[in-house]
Amino acid sequence: MAKIKTPEDSPTVGLFVTCLVDLIRPSVGFAAVKLLEDADCNVEVPLAQTCCGQPAYNSGDKADARELALNTVAAFEGYDYVVAPSGSCAGMLSHHYPELLGDNPDTAARARAFADKAYELVSFLVDVRGMKEVDAEYMGQVTYHDSCAGLRELGIKDQPRKLLASVQGLKLDEMEEAEICCGFGGTFCIKYPDISNAIVEKKTANITASKTDCLLAGDLGCLMNMAGKLSREGRQMEVRHVAEVLAGMTDEPAIGTKGGDS
Amino acid sequence: MKPQSHAFKANVAQALTNEPLKKALGGIKHGFVANRAKARTNLPEFEELRDEAKAVKEHTLAHLDLYLEEYEAKVSEAGGHVHWAPSAQNARDIILNICREADAKTVTKGKTMIGEEIAINEHLAKADITPVETDLGEYLVQIRDEPPSHIIAPAIHLTKAQVESDFRQLHTDLPIDRVLDEPGQLVAEARKVLRERFLAADVGITGANLLIAETGTSVIVTNEGNGDLTQCLPRVHIVIASIEKTVPTLEDANTILRVLARSATGQECSTYTTYTTGPKRPGDPDGPEEYHVVLLDNGRTEMLGSEFHDMLRCIRCGACMNHCPVYGAVGGHAYGWVYPGPMGAVLTPSLIGIDEAGHLPNASTFCGRCEAVCPMRIPLPKMMRQYREREYEKGNTPPLYKLGMKLWAFAAKRHRLYQALTGLAIPLMARLGKRSGRFRTFPLAGGWTRHRDLPAPQGKTFQQLWREKEAKS
Repeated sequence: MAKIKTPEDSPTVGLFVTCLVDLIRPSVGFAAVKLLEDADCNVEVPLAQTCCGQPAYNSGDKADARELALNTVAAFEGYDYVVAPSGSCAGMLSHHYPELLGDNPDTAARARAFADKAYELVSFLVDVRGMKEVDAEYMGQVTYHDSCAGLRELGIKDQPRKLLASVQGLKLDEMEEAEICCGFGGTFCIKYPDISNAIVEKKTANITASKTDCLLAGDLGCLMNMAGKLSREGRQMEVRHVAEVLAGMTDEPAIGTKGGDS
Repeated sequence: MKPQSHAFKANVAQALTNEPLKKALGGIKHGFVANRAKARTNLPEFEELRDEAKAVKEHTLAHLDLYLEEYEAKVSEAGGHVHWAPSAQNARDIILNICREADAKTVTKGKTMIGEEIAINEHLAKADITPVETDLGEYLVQIRDEPPSHIIAPAIHLTKAQVESDFRQLHTDLPIDRVLDEPGQLVAEARKVLRERFLAADVGITGANLLIAETGTSVIVTNEGNGDLTQCLPRVHIVIASIEKTVPTLEDANTILRVLARSATGQECSTYTTYTTGPKRPGDPDGPEEYHVVLLDNGRTEMLGSEFHDMLRCIRCGACMNHCPVYGAVGGHAYGWVYPGPMGAVLTPSLIGIDEAGHLPNASTFCGRCEAVCPMRIPLPKMMRQYREREYEKGNTPPLYKLGMKLWAFAAKRHRLYQALTGLAIPLMARLGKRSGRFRTFPLAGGWTRHRDLPAPQGKTFQQLWREKEAKS
């Protein structure tokens, strides 16, 4: 007799796509959907989502940040989980929403309930869904950058490495200072482009010194920053979101390249 | 020192083209950062100790009035004098008065950031009293007429070659052909020059890492021993300290000292930890005849109970700046005042105002490394964000940036409008970028494309593709 599935066996996950993945790299969104489905989740993508509000929040515009946060909370109210392919956005959802919406009992309770079910993609797969391996192949040496919010707000360090270790043909070589900021910082790189550049220069030097062919990370903002700098420096380095490799969806040209010139 | 924090962008531009600075800052990761990591690993209870140290400070700040009064009473009992200085000007006047009463010609100084905060050197020099910095780093920046660039390593922005060249220019009475290749030789030369100054000084001024209420003791931690000579040899010793340096007991002081040196330099404890209580007593072989403590407020009581209250836990270890990617790129002078790095990004606007120091809390990637290493667990990024909120409320946000943010937020709050706009713009942008998959320039993205390429979108947005897929199935 077939086992009757409980919601915990196949929870419904609302995918928080994140604005950058939505606009710049939808393939990361599809990779996330595949991985979540592989982990026995029903994935839905609510239409009423845009951005988590972090740019407004970090610019001191609390009023707009609050409105965006409330929109997001409302859009995901019916799901068992909210999962985002970004440590930075997931940190906003799970750590900063309760702070931002905490001043009123009604919004505080809703933000808390929302935050408790909000996760970053890879840590959700490993920590919540118990995923131990993926069915994917990638022939090459890769290095992994630990994005700041994922690492320090959410404690994401081992989870991506654990799953990457199961990718056939993939060899992970750690770069120096993998845990140090790439200089993106959201609006920081627009407000202080020269400081941002000085920081990303150190990062690309470490990436290059790793002598790998491919740079992976879990946040598209950081990836665009590092990919943009690497290509400006004329480096031949494939740059991808970790979800693409874990989902075995690496047919799309790498970030900042057209097919064949990565 | 006159604040130059408003000129942060210009300061940064200068710093980023300063090659010796880049070289000097490059050493931090092999020094302070590596040593702190080792010290942390070697002490299994380090994290618990951080919690204990934080609790000591939290308790003290909650009862600061009581502990300050107790401290004052104990200092008086020991024969010392406590002077209350609400402002920097008050502190300067008090110190100058003491120096004049002592008929001082020269004053030796141990390293004190409060001394920098109240700009005591300039004030004394104007009154024809010569201040002599005796900490090697402070001595180096004093002879170059520069402010310190780091709260525990004032001359961290300098290379060995620069120091050698300065010494040859200044110490002209020493043989021209002397060898100054090794750091040890430079230190020996500074020691020799300073020894005379120690003996000649009429007044010694030191800061304090801690003030202990139960005993009326001030504590300094140093690695050079210069602080001891500064406070023991002259006839008058003046301690200048801000009010939040107080802790209730000797035991509490030990708790903080255990995290301080490890966080700062990675040492288990500093070479010298010196406890000073009052002037020389009858029968004491050495020590000053007069002992004064100038307690500076300068805006700190305003911080008590405010959203920046937690900043008062800071013990000035410098770990936040040692681990900050922004500090590591631009150095301390760019911050334009006494306190650089993440702690400065919160403390500077608290003390001299957000109008002068508005850039500082903005110039952070919020990478969170500062909070991760802070021995007192001060939520530095959170407080920087709170300053951004204040700025935004005051209307200090740059108008063009604000307009851009407002337009974006207007659309982002209306998902149908947002998706209609992005659904048109993004595929167009993707077509424009199709040839190479990236842009070398892009309208309104000059800050980005000045230094790096902008990856082009893949094509349609995820929302468009997802709806198409749903419609098919």
